Amino acid sequence: MDLIRFYVRKLFTVLKNEVIVLPSRVVVVVFFLFLLLLPVFTNNQYTLRIFTLTCIFAILAASWDLLSGFTGQINFGHALFFGVGAYAAAMSNLHVHLPPWASIPLGGLVAVLAGLIIGIPCLRLRGTYLALTTLAFPIILMGFVFAFPDLTGGELGISGIERIARSRVTNYYIVAGLMFGLCTIMWKITDSNTGIIFHAIREDELAVRASGVNTTRYKLLAFCLSGFFAGIAGGLYAHFMRIAGPSTLEVSMSFLVVIWAVFGGVATIYGPVGAVFILFPLLEFLRFWQEYRTLMFACVLIVILLYMPDGLFPWLRDKIETECPRCKIRNIATRTVCRVCSASLE
Amino acid sequence: MALDIIISGLISGSVYALLAIGFSLIFGVARIVNIAHTAFYMVAGYCIYFATHEMGFHPLWGMVAAVILVTLLGMVAYKFLINPIREHEGAVLIATIALAMALQEIMTLIFTGTYLSVPSLIKGYFLILDVKVFYQQLLTFFAALIALGVLWALLMKTRLGLAIRSTAQDREVANLMGINEARVAMITMGISVGLASFTGAIVVPLTILDPLMWMHPLIMMMAVVVLGGLGSLKGSFIGAYILGFAEAIVVFAIPAGAFLKGSVALSIMILVLIIRPEGLFGVTFEEER
Repeated sequence: MDLIRFYVRKLFTVLKNEVIVLPSRVVVVVFFLFLLLLPVFTNNQYTLRIFTLTCIFAILAASWDLLSGFTGQINFGHALFFGVGAYAAAMSNLHVHLPPWASIPLGGLVAVLAGLIIGIPCLRLRGTYLALTTLAFPIILMGFVFAFPDLTGGELGISGIERIARSRVTNYYIVAGLMFGLCTIMWKITDSNTGIIFHAIREDELAVRASGVNTTRYKLLAFCLSGFFAGIAGGLYAHFMRIAGPSTLEVSMSFLVVIWAVFGGVATIYGPVGAVFILFPLLEFLRFWQEYRTLMFACVLIVILLYMPDGLFPWLRDKIETECPRCKIRNIATRTVCRVCSASLE
Repeated sequence: MALDIIISGLISGSVYALLAIGFSLIFGVARIVNIAHTAFYMVAGYCIYFATHEMGFHPLWGMVAAVILVTLLGMVAYKFLINPIREHEGAVLIATIALAMALQEIMTLIFTGTYLSVPSLIKGYFLILDVKVFYQQLLTFFAALIALGVLWALLMKTRLGLAIRSTAQDREVANLMGINEARVAMITMGISVGLASFTGAIVVPLTILDPLMWMHPLIMMMAVVVLGGLGSLKGSFIGAYILGFAEAIVVFAIPAGAFLKGSVALSIMILVLIIRPEGLFGVTFEEER
C-alpha cells in the first residue's frame, strides 16, 4: 500500500516539476491521453480506421527520419522497406499461416535484409547520388511484382490476410500502442551514443571517420534499423488493410514519407510523427472536396514551407520555449529567468 | 524488330537526354533537385492540347505558345516558391514535389484524368523493311538533336554559358568574380524549364496525355543523371541513350517486358554505380563547403 502511495506521489511530483513546466511535454501528455481515450469518445468505425492508419504511417515517417534526418543519407525509396515488409508479412501469413504477431516482425526482418542489400552498394554513393539511386529500388521491385503475378498477385496484390485482432477498437489499441513503443525506441536510439554518431555523420562524415569511427558500418546500421521499423509499419499495414498491393511500393508513397518527415521537421522523431497526425487526417478531412483534395494538400504544404522551411514542429517549439544560455535546459518562453539555474533568459 | 528497337530507343533516348540535361543544369547551378521538372513537361503537353483542340490553332503555334508559357510558369514558380527557401535543401525538395502534385491536380481538374492525344505536326509514314516510320518520329528525333546542339553552343560558346558553368563549379567564387549569381540561377531555371517544355512539345504527338505522365520520365531522368554523372552533359547524353535502348530492347524482346522495362533500366544504372560510384563521366567534386 505504501509502495503504491509512493509511486502516486512520485507521479504527481514528476507531473508538477517536469511536465507542467514545459508546454511541449504537456502537448505530448495531452496527445497520449487523446490517443488513449479516442475510442471512448467516438465509436465511429471510420474515424478509428483513419487514426489506426495514421499510427501506422507515423511509424513509417519516424523511421525515415531515423535514417535520413539523423544520418543525412537521404532515402527517396523508403517505400521499398514498407512494401517489402507488407509483402513478406502477407506471404508468410497466407502461405505459411503464421499468425500476425509472428508475421509482422518477420516483415520487419525481411526489410532489414532489404536494407542490407541496398545499403551495401549504395553506401559508396554520396548525397544526391544516393538519394536518386534509392528512388530506383522500389520501382525495380514493383516491376518484378507486375512481371510475376502468380507469386505476388500482380496488380491486385495479395488479399485474404488475417486481421490483427477481431474488433476495430482492439486493432486500434494494438497499433497505437506499437506506435508509441516503437517511436520511443527510435527516440531513445537517437539519444544514445549511436544516435550521436548518426548526428555527427550528417554534420561532417570526414571528421567522424578521422575520429576513428567506421562510418560505413554506422550508415549500414542506420539503414537496417530504419528498414526494420518501416518493415513493421508495412506488416501492420498489410494486416490492417488485409491486402498487400503494389501501391505500397509506389513512387508517391516514397514521396509522401519524405513530405511528412520534412514537413514535421527532420532529425527530431517527434516532428514526423506529429506531421503525420496533422497531414493524414487533414487529407481525409478534405474528402468532401474530392477533386480539390490533393491540390489543397499541396498548397498547404507549399504555404507552410514558405514560412517555416525548417519544418512545423521545430518552429513551434522555438516559439513557445527558450533554451537557457547557461545550463542548456529548456524553459517556457514566458519566463525571464531559467527554472533551474536562475540565469537571465534575455 | 531490330528497327523497332532502334527507333524507339533513339526517341526515348533523346527525350531522356533533353530532360536530364535540363535537370542537371539547374541542379548544378542552384543545387535544386527539381522534382517538378517533368511536371513542366506534362503541362507543356496539355498547353498544346488546349491550343489545338480548344482554340483551334495550328500545332506549331501551340508548341511555341506552350514553350513560352511553361517557361514563364517555371520562372514564376522559382521566384516565389523556391527562391525564398533555397538555403533549406529539404524544404526545396518538398516544395518541388508539392509543386508537381499541384500541377498534376490542376491539369486533372481542367482536362479530367482521361487519356488525350495531340495531332502530329507532319502526318504520314514511310516503310523501311516493313516497319512503319512516322515522319513525326523523325521530326522528334531531329528536333531533340538540334536542341541539344543549340544548348551545347549556348553553354560552351557564349558568355552566359561561361557564367552558368562557372556558377555550377563554385557558387561563391563565381559571385566574387562579379557574376550575378541570383540572376544566373533565374536564367538557368528558365533554360531548364524551357528544355523540359520543349521536350514535352516535341514528344507529345507520339504519346498519350494523362496527368500522371510525369512519373515515369521523372524516374528515368534521374537514373540518366546519376548514370552519366551529375553535372556532365556528355554523361547525360550517353546515359540517356543507354537507358533508352535498354528500355526499348526489354519492351520488344522479352515477353511481359513492358512491366520490366523500368526495372531493367534502373538495374543497369545500379550496376554501373557499383563499379563507378560517380557515374560514367562524373567528376568527383570536392565536398561542398
